[in-house]
Amino acid sequence: MSQDHSLNPETMPNEPEKATLEGKNKFLGLWFFLGGETVLFASLFGTYLALRNSAADGPTSEELFGLGLVFLMTILLLTSSLTSVYAMYHMKNNNFKKMQVWLGITALLGIAFLTCEIYEFTHYITEYGFTFRSSAFGSAFYTLVGFHGGHVTFGLFWLIGLMIRNAKRGLNLYNAPKFNTFSLYWHFIDVVWVFIFTVVYLMGKVG
Amino acid sequence: MKGWMGKFKALFLLSSLALFLTGCGKENLTALVPKGYGAKSSMDLIILTTVIMSFVLLAVMIFFVIVLVRFRKKKGQEDYIPKQVEGNQTLETIWTIIPIILVIIMGVPTVIATFDLADASKADEHINVDVTGNQYWWHFDYGEDEFQTSQDLYIPTGEKVYLHLKSSDVIHSFWVPSLSGKLDVNPENENTMFLEAHEEGVYWGKCAELCGPSHSLMDFKVIAVSPDDYEQWAKDMNDFDPEAKPKDTVAQEGQELFEEKSCMGCHAVGSSPVATGPNLTDFGNRTKIAGILEPTKENLVDWIQDPEKIKPGNEMTGKYPSLSDDEADKIAEYLLQLKPTDVAPESASK
Amino acid sequence: MSVAATQKKGFGAMLWDYLTTVDHKKIAHLYLAGGGFFFILGGLEALVIRIQLIKPENDFVSAGLYNEMITMHGTTMIFLAAMPILLGLMNAAMPLQIGARDVAFPFLNSLGFWLFMFGGLLLNCSWFLGGAPDGGWTSYASFALTSPGHGIDFYVLGLQIAGAGTLMGGINFLVTIVNMRAPGMTYMRMPLFSWATFITSVLILFAFPALTVALFLLMFDRMFGSAFFDVALGGNTVIWQHLFWIFGHPEVYILILPLFGLFSDVFATFSKKRLFGYTAMVFATMLIAFLGFMVWAHHMFTVGLGPVANSIFAIATMAIAVPTGIKIFNWLATMWGGSITINSAMLWSLGFIPTFTIGGMTGVMLGSAVADYQYHDTYFVVAHFHYVIVGGTIFGIFAGLHYWWPMMFGRILNETMGKITFWFFLVGFHLTFFIQHFLGLMGMPRRYWVFLEDQGLDLGNLISTIGAFLMAIAVIVFFINIIYTAAKGEKSSPDPWDGRTLEWAVETSPPPFYNFKQLPLIRGLDPLWIEKTEGKGKMTPAEPLGDIHMPNGSILPFIMSIGFFIAGFGFIYHGDHAIWYLALYGGMALALGCMAVRSLKDDHGFHIKKEELEREAD
Repeated sequence: MSQDHSLNPETMPNEPEKATLEGKNKFLGLWFFLGGETVLFASLFGTYLALRNSAADGPTSEELFGLGLVFLMTILLLTSSLTSVYAMYHMKNNNFKKMQVWLGITALLGIAFLTCEIYEFTHYITEYGFTFRSSAFGSAFYTLVGFHGGHVTFGLFWLIGLMIRNAKRGLNLYNAPKFNTFSLYWHFIDVVWVFIFTVVYLMGKVG
Repeated sequence: MKGWMGKFKALFLLSSLALFLTGCGKENLTALVPKGYGAKSSMDLIILTTVIMSFVLLAVMIFFVIVLVRFRKKKGQEDYIPKQVEGNQTLETIWTIIPIILVIIMGVPTVIATFDLADASKADEHINVDVTGNQYWWHFDYGEDEFQTSQDLYIPTGEKVYLHLKSSDVIHSFWVPSLSGKLDVNPENENTMFLEAHEEGVYWGKCAELCGPSHSLMDFKVIAVSPDDYEQWAKDMNDFDPEAKPKDTVAQEGQELFEEKSCMGCHAVGSSPVATGPNLTDFGNRTKIAGILEPTKENLVDWIQDPEKIKPGNEMTGKYPSLSDDEADKIAEYLLQLKPTDVAPESASK
Repeated sequence: MSVAATQKKGFGAMLWDYLTTVDHKKIAHLYLAGGGFFFILGGLEALVIRIQLIKPENDFVSAGLYNEMITMHGTTMIFLAAMPILLGLMNAAMPLQIGARDVAFPFLNSLGFWLFMFGGLLLNCSWFLGGAPDGGWTSYASFALTSPGHGIDFYVLGLQIAGAGTLMGGINFLVTIVNMRAPGMTYMRMPLFSWATFITSVLILFAFPALTVALFLLMFDRMFGSAFFDVALGGNTVIWQHLFWIFGHPEVYILILPLFGLFSDVFATFSKKRLFGYTAMVFATMLIAFLGFMVWAHHMFTVGLGPVANSIFAIATMAIAVPTGIKIFNWLATMWGGSITINSAMLWSLGFIPTFTIGGMTGVMLGSAVADYQYHDTYFVVAHFHYVIVGGTIFGIFAGLHYWWPMMFGRILNETMGKITFWFFLVGFHLTFFIQHFLGLMGMPRRYWVFLEDQGLDLGNLISTIGAFLMAIAVIVFFINIIYTAAKGEKSSPDPWDGRTLEWAVETSPPPFYNFKQLPLIRGLDPLWIEKTEGKGKMTPAEPLGDIHMPNGSILPFIMSIGFFIAGFGFIYHGDHAIWYLALYGGMALALGCMAVRSLKDDHGFHIKKEELEREAD
């Protein structure tokens, strides 16, 4: 445990995010948290799979989904995962500025993704009258995709908060783990989306 | 040590005594005296598993008592430090292997019985009854035959009767302990089971899934009669004429009140596919009123006048105008005279 | 805060200290107090149930109130009494056992406690606000949807908040054990209780999210008009049962595994023998935990899942008997050849063996699917799970309290009263529950408000009620014991039981807030015992005396939990009147605001200087 958390490039260790016990704890803690999140999403996926054909009198998945927009969203989120990797690369090299730039791009991509999602939901509601209350399928769809969207939103607040707060302080052993855990979380959200894309949209379109 | 064993002994004696006094429970209610195919199947497994597990318990208890008697700290040896044993592979293997063998011995018959009881492939060749669970009553619709009953289910003995269970509201569970284990009555899907009674009798049935305040009052009966009697009963039910006027005038007035006071909005007399409330065709033949009360006129009047007092949370309360004593009395008279059949199991015709 | 701050303080200062503490030992006290409070509540509810069932067709309570009683008894005992007390014991002992100065996330530790406390309070507020939840502790959808009033809403929100706290506790313990073991404390040298804490935490981590989702779905259906369980719109009520039991079955192992660990430690200590078959015990615990996730549908044998599913789950369920059997026999073998001291802690542990074995025996019997068609949802099941949960968890909690009381509070609980408690409880327990096996088979389903006359159920129920009162007497004596001990109890040395593990190697009783001045060097299993028999009699330090880094206390967890508590009311009542949105948004803003403050403000903790530590040694 270092006494002095502020660092200059010379004293910065190779992996600043894991240099302190607190950093290691955060890193491992987030991994465990993601383990729990996996069960959370697995439960939501299970529910969705059980109810995806229960559209009652409302619109079905075949009628609703268009793959174009969803494909774009997938690209946006996957790219944002990549840009966050670049950011972490620069963090490890103690290049704070470049890290901030790449994180900024990550945030923008995340916002773009969310915008698409909001557009998608409004489209379903206004064009098809397909809402959370339409049918069990509607409830399951909005809950699963909405939970993911909620995670993206939370991640964005987290990211922007981190960026603003540390803009003047620069990188140090105290906040490096925070950036690192964020990036881990962001990857997780990305992976969940891949499953949503497959299970909800692809399977919903082709049957 | 002495007191310790003494207390255990006293406890054991008391429990055994209690068991002896209560016996195996009430005939035709208890699962411990199986009178049907499913209950017998369950009982065989209950006995098998109890015997095997009792041996395990016995082994543990012998081990336990020896340890307690032999290895307590001895006077004068307070500083004795026992040998620190890490383990013993042979012993540990033994008490791993034996349980595995026991599990297999219990597992195989379990699987066989599970598949046996779930087999509904021959349902077409038997009587089929649609069972609907409602808060807090049961409805029985006798498939091909054009009649329905509520609360009392009639079946012939010695034959499989297939039940198709579905709920109209919340989850219930259909349980006739002496005839068969239970099966849930779900609102979204139909579950199928069968009953096969080995002897005639009136068997108690109960709801076994919490379904509301009156969950504990949702009793019903399964009435098993000989196959000949069953045919007679079905014929009687088919022949029943809902328009027929009762003989005496009190009952006739009751019949009119039954229409006037909107009882008919929910209750059918005679065959009807709709069952908002219990079908009353054979009300006079019913073993109980509302599933729980003795079938006397006083009880029926009490029930009609304030069902909420007897079954809290039931759907009948408040669905009809309040009745004067006289009106309730007349309706009760009418209902109790609805007796389409004389068929009853031998044990019931006292 | 400094070393001097541990001196005697006034009531206000002490209260503030507990509200802001992040010290795992004080959080343990909080958990025990909170859990103890709810244990009394749950016990009173149990007595009401038993009084109602003392005779046929009794009308001591109404049908609606009775359903509220059974629901709250189960929910309270499991979520608000047993689990918090276990988390309390884990907090008290585990960091010391592995030679750590605190847990990995002290702030989260405190937050976890306050979330549990306010979740529990929220749930119990329902009593005064129109009625408690009445859907059973399992709160099966369809009935839970139709249940009028806000009872079930309190259940949903209260458990959601309390559950979040528990999840945090689980993650915290996992990271603590992985990252913060003292030098030389390898995994296979950890005391069984720490192992059990680790495995239990894994169970919490993977089981609770399923409950979270289930509660969300129920909440959405009840409050926001979704249709997960609404059959008319294509919903399916069986989803709730799956999700609930995917959580619910591991949950019962969450309740029992920590005590398996504890009993292992107690048997070894009071037999003066090393635990027999340590490795097998560790792997058996893991196997039980693993199988615990594979058997949830045995709670659903009667749902109509079909013979294939029922058979698979039946066999998997029976298979759990194998690792459990290994444990029982290994405990007996631990005592075999030992020099057994029987005191209160040991009595509870000894009482556990026959009691739990009976519970395990009926557990296997329940696993046989076709036999279960008869047992399911009857008093047989009630008897079974009380044999395992009371016979395992509650006996274990009493053993743990007697065992660790000196370590937690510096005083030894009175032995005479301890024995009175044990004997009354043991006899009362068997009197209450043994007969219920037969009541179930004789045709008495569980959750029955009344049983009818002339059904052969009268005597059994009467005996059962008498037993319940004996247990109540036992619990009263125990609480008198606590008060007596606090006032006049025998002061304890740091190592009153001739212990084997690290929690008895601290310098004072109770331990200093930094636990170890110098982290100890661990040379094997039962490290303290090794030093006693082969070394100098005390632990060798693994590091030179130096500054100790400690976290700062914080009031934020408390305020944050209040925020969620308020928001909970907002969620429950927002459908009744729009003004409640104020509570909803206000509460959330308070909670999230605290979270933001916590995230944005640097908190580096403080250091206890080397000189200060040296001074203290004098």
